[in-house]
Amino acid sequence: MTDAATLPQPVAASNAATAQPETMAWDSKARRMVTLYLPLACFVIILLFPFYWMTITAFKPNAELFDYKTHNPFWISSPTLDHIYHLLFNTAYPRWLITTMTVAICSTFISLIASTLAAYAIQRLRFKGSQYVGLAIYLAYLVPPSIQFIPLATMVYQLGLFDSPMALILTYPTFLIPFCTWLLIGYFKSIPYELEECALIDGATRLQILRQITLPLAVPGLISAGIFSFTLSWNEFIYALAFIQSSESKTVPVAILTELVSGDVYQWGALMAGSLLGSLPVAIFYSFFVDYYVSSLTGAVKE
Amino acid sequence: MSVTTAPAWRPARQEPGWLVRLFEYKPFLVFACLLPAVGLLMVFLTYPLGLGIFLAFTDTTIGRRGIWVGLENFQYLLEDPLWWNAVFYSVFYTAVATVGKFALGLWLALLLNNHMPFKSLLRAIILLPWIVPTVLSAIAFWWIYDPQFSIISFLLVDVLGWRTTNIDFLGSAWPARFSLIAANIWRGIPFVAISLLAGLQTISPSLYEAALLDGSSAWQRFRYITFPMLLPILAIVMTFSIIFTFTDFQLVYAITRGGPVNSTHLLATLAFQRGIPGGQLGEGAAIAVSMIPFLVFATLFSYFGLARRKWQQGEGND
Repeated sequence: MTDAATLPQPVAASNAATAQPETMAWDSKARRMVTLYLPLACFVIILLFPFYWMTITAFKPNAELFDYKTHNPFWISSPTLDHIYHLLFNTAYPRWLITTMTVAICSTFISLIASTLAAYAIQRLRFKGSQYVGLAIYLAYLVPPSIQFIPLATMVYQLGLFDSPMALILTYPTFLIPFCTWLLIGYFKSIPYELEECALIDGATRLQILRQITLPLAVPGLISAGIFSFTLSWNEFIYALAFIQSSESKTVPVAILTELVSGDVYQWGALMAGSLLGSLPVAIFYSFFVDYYVSSLTGAVKE
Repeated sequence: MSVTTAPAWRPARQEPGWLVRLFEYKPFLVFACLLPAVGLLMVFLTYPLGLGIFLAFTDTTIGRRGIWVGLENFQYLLEDPLWWNAVFYSVFYTAVATVGKFALGLWLALLLNNHMPFKSLLRAIILLPWIVPTVLSAIAFWWIYDPQFSIISFLLVDVLGWRTTNIDFLGSAWPARFSLIAANIWRGIPFVAISLLAGLQTISPSLYEAALLDGSSAWQRFRYITFPMLLPILAIVMTFSIIFTFTDFQLVYAITRGGPVNSTHLLATLAFQRGIPGGQLGEGAAIAVSMIPFLVFATLFSYFGLARRKWQQGEGND
């Protein structure tokens, strides 16, 4: 509530700044400092603090971890790799990483292929009722996994896929395909239709057009859809928790919560090291394609 | 080749094979293109949705086919204080977290809409909480909320001296509820801020210039230009946010698992607890199905948000 009350002030500064880039008398440096950089710095600190804390805990020896009186908790005096070593050699962590990676890559590929074809059909082939199919796929995105996992668990069990990564590879596309299709429809819309018409006149078949003209032009869209699918399937939790039982085929998020948390004394160092290592692949992947990511996120919302 | 057959003009290419012709036949092509996506969604999304509703009317348990029991599951839920508690907390959690996320997210978006150095780097950093797997950042919050070694308690007690005892974040009902909401807001801010920033950037500066010439105040410019122009995106983002906050599972499951004394159960975690470890699939499905009316309400909200956008585009500057 206090935030809503303080809202108008920065609004004022930002609106004036967009309307009039040159500095006006009242828009002095000090004022800009207080209304812009100070709140922004608070936001960045709060948003990043848990990651800082995660990282610093992962490298702290246990003696420092539980002793705030003699050691400054915000810094490490003698960093150690013990927790990471424990994780990599005394637990099945590498195995969990590989499972997660396989599941994420496979489901990303399945959903990319399916949603490219679907988006092409809806946006370019323009059959009767294509916009209703598009709407139905959009609505499918609004069905949350939390109401699906119980019936899906019984289905997975009947199909004999229980406790196998295959169950995850097949179910993840249900929330990936709607999003990717939606994103790619928007992307295909931006490719000029004239290019396809030229190819049609030159005697290309529909599939040739898709493969040789539309797809090469849609590569940025495909990349952003791929990144989204990869991060979404890496982050998925509830299906992996419900469908996988044996320790070795768990995914990283589930395994950390169910395998590393044991007994009454939590091994915070190992837990944080596991979280850090589990977050790194997505964070690195994201940092390479950050521009695609931001532009597609904002583009998808604007659609 | 084509020279010898020149007299009557014919296309120079070979007659395509039957497979190629089949793919040129448009209804078949449409069918083939839609088959993978629609097939997968039908089998693993639409069918389970129906199955879930069916299961809610049976007494299925793990390993035993249930029989039709009609509304018994729902009657049982209506008398179950735990279910009412979960409904209350789901609504409360969604309402408070949404207000928090949108107030702070809008503020952050307005800050980011200014000219400043390292803007794109800043945008990339701010999205991090949204990229990192929720469960993993939830575990970090769990550690931050530790009763004995919480860094927040340390700050308040030893550094600032505002309190004399450590805060017991997750030990009793209300602090635990608010701790979870804070973690949810933390995770939700980036998405809201970046989406609203995209909306802010589409607003034409000429509108602000015109308003400035007319002698408007800063508050008036926000109230009559920024806010109405932002409303369509706000409606869409809010619908998504409400749906996914209401059905949230990971955060609560990772930090409290519904405790202390079941006070922080959301409907999703309660459904999981009854359905999978508890084995009462029918009852779990009934709890999950009881979320649907709320979701339908949120989707209708989105629909009217979109309708409003059309009206605005008719009158707007585009």
